[in-house]
Amino acid sequence: MSSTQSIVVRGATLVNPDGLSSADVLIADGLIAAIGTGLQADIVIDATDCYISSGFVDLHTHLREPGKEEAETIETGCRAAALGGFTAVVAMPNTDPAQDSVLVVRFVREKGVEAGLCEVLPSGCITMGRLGETLAPYGALADEGVHIFTDDGNGVQDPLVMRRALEYSRQLGVTLAQHCEVARLTEGAVMHEGSCCSSMGVPGWPAIAEELMLHRDIELVRLTGAPMHFLHLSTAGSVELVRRAKADGLPVTAEVTPHHLALQDELLRGFDPVFKVNPPLRTPEDIAALKTGLLDGTIDAVATDHAPHAAHTKEQPLDTAPPGMLGLETALGVLNTVVDIDVQRIVEVLSWNPARIAGVADHQGRPVAVGEPAHLAIFNLASSWTVSRDALASKSKNTPYHGMNLRGRVLHTIYNGQLVVQEGVALR
Amino acid sequence: MKHLLSTKDLTTDDVVALLHTADHMSEISNRPQPKVPALRGHTVASVFFEDSTRTRLSFETAAKRLSADTMTFSASSSSVNKGESLRDTIETLTAMGVGTFVVRHKSSGVPQQITQWTSASVINAGDGWHQHPTQALLDAYTITREFNSPESLEGRTIAIVGDIKHSRVARSNIDVFTKLGANVILVAPDTLLPNDISTWPVGTSAGIDEVLEDVDVLYMLRMQRERMDTALIPGLGEYVSRFSLTEKRAERLAPHALVMHPGPINRGVEITVDPSDLPGSRILQQVTNGVAVRMAVLFTILGGEATATLSQGVEA
Repeated sequence: MSSTQSIVVRGATLVNPDGLSSADVLIADGLIAAIGTGLQADIVIDATDCYISSGFVDLHTHLREPGKEEAETIETGCRAAALGGFTAVVAMPNTDPAQDSVLVVRFVREKGVEAGLCEVLPSGCITMGRLGETLAPYGALADEGVHIFTDDGNGVQDPLVMRRALEYSRQLGVTLAQHCEVARLTEGAVMHEGSCCSSMGVPGWPAIAEELMLHRDIELVRLTGAPMHFLHLSTAGSVELVRRAKADGLPVTAEVTPHHLALQDELLRGFDPVFKVNPPLRTPEDIAALKTGLLDGTIDAVATDHAPHAAHTKEQPLDTAPPGMLGLETALGVLNTVVDIDVQRIVEVLSWNPARIAGVADHQGRPVAVGEPAHLAIFNLASSWTVSRDALASKSKNTPYHGMNLRGRVLHTIYNGQLVVQEGVALR
Repeated sequence: MKHLLSTKDLTTDDVVALLHTADHMSEISNRPQPKVPALRGHTVASVFFEDSTRTRLSFETAAKRLSADTMTFSASSSSVNKGESLRDTIETLTAMGVGTFVVRHKSSGVPQQITQWTSASVINAGDGWHQHPTQALLDAYTITREFNSPESLEGRTIAIVGDIKHSRVARSNIDVFTKLGANVILVAPDTLLPNDISTWPVGTSAGIDEVLEDVDVLYMLRMQRERMDTALIPGLGEYVSRFSLTEKRAERLAPHALVMHPGPINRGVEITVDPSDLPGSRILQQVTNGVAVRMAVLFTILGGEATATLSQGVEA
């Protein structure tokens, strides 16, 4: 397909911050060229009963390359992203080698460009090798375009290192993102600490391990004034801590994953490692608080924490299997199925807000308006579909939603003015 | 019954039926030639990813008394050391014609996970902190036969003392004892109780002294010395002072009260008196009954419908 081919999307409802409207959208030369009626183009997409919005931006994607190409590659991960309506993904830095150098960051970005399915935004590490000891070179990485820095998978344990990281990064205009987990409280932890883990006889991951670090970091933000993003909130207490920090006017943002909104710890009763994730699935009370936080603005974004694992690594005892589950291709469907949420808030938490947090709001998460870059998702919120792990584009199959019916599906994705997904099928 | 994975899967009737079958098996075990052909032609593999000589020997003795062929797989001397996955191990043994796996693993849930990779039956011989169903059945067998009440433990009070949190024996015993109607009291420091037991049908007590006079059975658990390292208890001295069965404490037990322990005993820790000096000790009886109960489990799973085979065996 040549980039000069124009596209017209007919019959969709445009989702914008100022409201919904119906019109045809013409895309040419990578931009939205016209909005109106009776528009003509090389490719015509009938989007009756669909919404069209800015493409989704995932703040939390594990692409696994370099290092674990058996689980996912940048190309297969980007294909899964495009199928989920994402036109940009923040690539988590827990690769091997980790994304703590210009060399690795550049490699990840270029592989993303090569795949051409969505924009890959490499994150950088907070500390070298994600070991929590010495700071990564934020300046050099920021010059490479890195905006989010995180040791995701590990929380930064040392309060001195965290304080210095915030102070040092402050003048660079970047954002640190914390995986909140006091490691000493989660040694050997497998699942949420509560009645379920007690009867199953597996070590628990207590809510307090997340909340203690979150509380510490909120106070460090208060001290330093540096902005901070909190990854994958999972507990009711965390929602309340962020709510209060925002009420105090602190520059904090937070995300929740679709699985923490949809799935509870009881699912682990069958000892299936597909439900093992970090932070762990929690209780119905936590889920209710996360939903409330998402709807009242305490939580800014829904991020997938897409974490592919090869089948043989998940086919281990529950306590040794690695945590993590797929999320890119099911994010919209899960969110729309389990949360009573309107379409504008969906786009706000999947696109507008994460684009701002990722520092790409100049070209992602934009209004559907003439002259804007054509990164677009076209989706239907009424159609139901059944998730099949064998039908996913990801190289791994560790979806917790296998066999589940979801309402809401991405049908077409346009990235850089090009149709990369059509009728739910990736075109490249 | 296809598998025995957890005592939670057993109804009270299942438990009572297994204990009755164990009576037959005890009778067989007491013969001069304790062997019947009931499971001839069946292959039982004991697959022990964690060492446990006594449990393994008990199962293998049980299988042999029923004339099953046995094979032993122990992780320390096997392909697991060469990095073979759990799934590959199980699929390989299944391909050799194993009909029943007896599985011990240090990780909770492994016996259940294995069922998806084999058509064979799986018997849980202890998984992590989760379950040890045959231990609970042999304990229930021991108690019901001692008290001559084969159908029920109604009105009996059983205290389980020690490290409940890390104990698969406790989890299974609580299930089985309460299914039979017993009143179960957990005696442990809060740090050695599971995080949330609010829905468990048990009482709790903060020290052994508070329950001694009231119990029909004092069930002592093994206390592992390494628990001190993770700040779960201040030290063994303190543990002994609150939870150990000493000579003085033993004197306060009711005359009919039983003292039990799943073994191996950590002498000087949970029991600071010689068990052979305790008239109520049934610790060796538990071991003896273990063989009969495991015969009952193997027979119920492998030859359940063919009760005729058992009668033939008995007459043979």
